[in-house]
Amino acid sequence: MRRELGLVLLLAAAACAPLYLPSYELSLLGRFLALAVLAMGISLIWGTGGILSLGQGVFFGLGGYAIAMHLKLAGADPGAVPDFMQWSGLDALPWWWVPFRNPAFAIAAAFVVPGAAAAALAFLVFRRRVSGPYFAIITQALALAATTFIISQQQYTGGFNGLTGFKSAFGFALGDQSTQFGLYWATLAAVALTFVAVRALQGSLFGKVLLAVRDGENRVRFLGYDPLPFKVIAFAVAGVLAGLSGALVTLDLGVISPAMFGVVPSIEMVIWVAVGGRNSLLGAIVGTLVVNFGKDWISSVFPDLWLYVVGAVFVLVVTVAPQGIVGLMTSLRARSPRLGPATPPALVE
Amino acid sequence: MIDPGSPLLSVEHVTVSFSGYTALDDLSFALAAGAVAVLIGPNGAGKSTLLDTIIGRVRPASGRVMFKGTDLRSVPEYAIVRLGICRKFQTPGVLDALSIEENLRVAVTRRRGAWHALRAKPTAAERERVDEVLEIIGLSERRDALAAELAHGMKQWLEIGMVVASDADLLLLDEPAAGMTHGEAEATARLIRSLAGRHAFIVIDHDMDFVEQLEAPVSVLNMGRMLAHGSVDEIRRNPDVAAVYLGRPREAGVARA
Repeated sequence: MRRELGLVLLLAAAACAPLYLPSYELSLLGRFLALAVLAMGISLIWGTGGILSLGQGVFFGLGGYAIAMHLKLAGADPGAVPDFMQWSGLDALPWWWVPFRNPAFAIAAAFVVPGAAAAALAFLVFRRRVSGPYFAIITQALALAATTFIISQQQYTGGFNGLTGFKSAFGFALGDQSTQFGLYWATLAAVALTFVAVRALQGSLFGKVLLAVRDGENRVRFLGYDPLPFKVIAFAVAGVLAGLSGALVTLDLGVISPAMFGVVPSIEMVIWVAVGGRNSLLGAIVGTLVVNFGKDWISSVFPDLWLYVVGAVFVLVVTVAPQGIVGLMTSLRARSPRLGPATPPALVE
Repeated sequence: MIDPGSPLLSVEHVTVSFSGYTALDDLSFALAAGAVAVLIGPNGAGKSTLLDTIIGRVRPASGRVMFKGTDLRSVPEYAIVRLGICRKFQTPGVLDALSIEENLRVAVTRRRGAWHALRAKPTAAERERVDEVLEIIGLSERRDALAAELAHGMKQWLEIGMVVASDADLLLLDEPAAGMTHGEAEATARLIRSLAGRHAFIVIDHDMDFVEQLEAPVSVLNMGRMLAHGSVDEIRRNPDVAAVYLGRPREAGVARA
C-alpha cells in the first residue's frame, strides 16, 4: 500500500514538472521518459523472460519511421513528394508510403509494424529452440542489417540523415510550448500505462510461466506448457513498447535517423536496464533516466569521455551489482531494519 | 475409443541408442490404469532413459510408446503432458523463482495456453486443489515462500506435489525419496500408496527399504533390457539380480537379502 502511494506521489511530481523545470530539462525528461517505455519492454523480456535482445533499436526505429513518414507527407505540398525524394530524383510517391498520409494509419502502424516484426522474428528463431547468446547475436546482426539497409535506400528512407524537417504534428505546431507540454504529458501517461500493464502481465499466470521459462524451459515443457507462444508474445509486447517509444521520441526530437537505433544505441538500451536493475520495472525507468541524464551531463563537460564511462558503468554493474540500482537499494534496506521490511530481490518490481 | 482391456501405457519393443551406445534394447513394458510399478537396476541400466522415452525427451530409434491408445512418437513434449503423463525428475525441478503456491498453480491448471494464461484467474476448483495438495505435502504454512528457499527434501515434496496436482493419469517419479530422511521417505511411500488407483505410477528408486514400502511389483532393468519381474521378495531371491548387483551390493541393497 505504501509503495503504491509512493508511486502515485512520484507520478504527480512528474506531472507537475512543466511548472518547475526549465524548458531544456523538461524536454530531456520527456525524451528520457519516452525511452523508459522501451526500457520496460526490455525488463519484461530480459528480466522476466531471460531473453537478451541487442536489437530493440530496430523496433524503436520502425515506430519512429511510421510516425515520421506521416509527418513528412503532412508537411509536403499537396501532390508533391517529400523533399529528400525530390533530391534523389524520385517524382512519384512509392505505393507503400501512400497509406501513411492517413494519421490514424500511421499511429496504428507505429504499434502494429514493430509488434508484428518482433513476433515474426521471435517465432522464427525460438521455434528452432535457439536462445541465449545466439539469440542476442542474431538481434545484434538485425540491428546492423536494418541500419545498413535504411542508409542504402536513400531515395525511399532519407538515408543516413533519416526523416526530419517536420513543421507540425497532427495539427499542432511542433515548436510551441503548449505542444511540448502536451507531448510531455502524453509521454508520462504512456509510461504510467506501460508500467501498470507490464506489471499486470508479470503478475498473471502468463508472467509466472514466463519467469519459469527463464529459469528452465524444459521444466516448463514437462509441466505441459509450450514455451514458444509465451516467448513470442512477450517479445512482441516489448516490440510494441519499443515502437511506441520510437514514435514519441521522433515527435519530441523532430527527427528519426539510423544513428538513433543502430548497434550502439541498441546496446545502450540494455545498459540502461542493467544499471537500473533488470528484474524491476521501476529499475528500468530509473536506469534510463540516470544513464541518459548522466550522458547529457558528461557529454557536455567531457565530450569524448561518454563511451568509456558507459562501458565502465556496465562492467561495474555486471560484476558488483547484478541487480542494478534497485537491487542495491533493496539490500541496503534489508541491512537497516528501521527503514522498512526487506523484500527478496525477485519480488521487487 | 480405448479398449477397456488394454493397458494405460504400453512400451513396445523400444530401442534407444546414443551414438552407438544402446540405452534401451528392444524393451517392452506395460502398465494398467491405477497400477504402481517400481523400476530398479544398476546405474546406466536405462531406467531414466525409459522415463525420458515415455515423456518424449528421447525418441526411440525403433518400437513405439502407446498411451491411452495414442502413439506418442510424434507428439511434442508439452502435448504428451497434456495427454496425462507427468514426471518428477531426479534433480528437483521446482520453479525456483516462484512461490510454493505459484508452483502448484502452474502445475494444477488444465488451461495451459499462453493466451489463456494472460487472462486466467484461478478457478475455485483449481484453488481448492492447490490447497488440498499443500495440505498433503505439508507446506500450507509456507505457501508464500519462494521455492528456491526450500531445503532439498522439501523441494522433493513440492515437486511430488506438483506432479500430483497435475492430476495426470500416469505419474513418473525418478528417485522421489533421494535426499530424504527415513521418516520423509516413509511418508512419501504412504502418499504413493494412497494415490494408487487414482493415478498409475512408475517409480524409480535405489533404496530397497523404500521400494518395499511401496508394496508394488518390481521390475529390474539391466543394460537396457528387462532382467526380472516380481514381488520384492522374489526379486531379492533371484540369483540373476544378485549377480547384476555383485560388486555393488550397497547401492541397491538387493544382494544383502
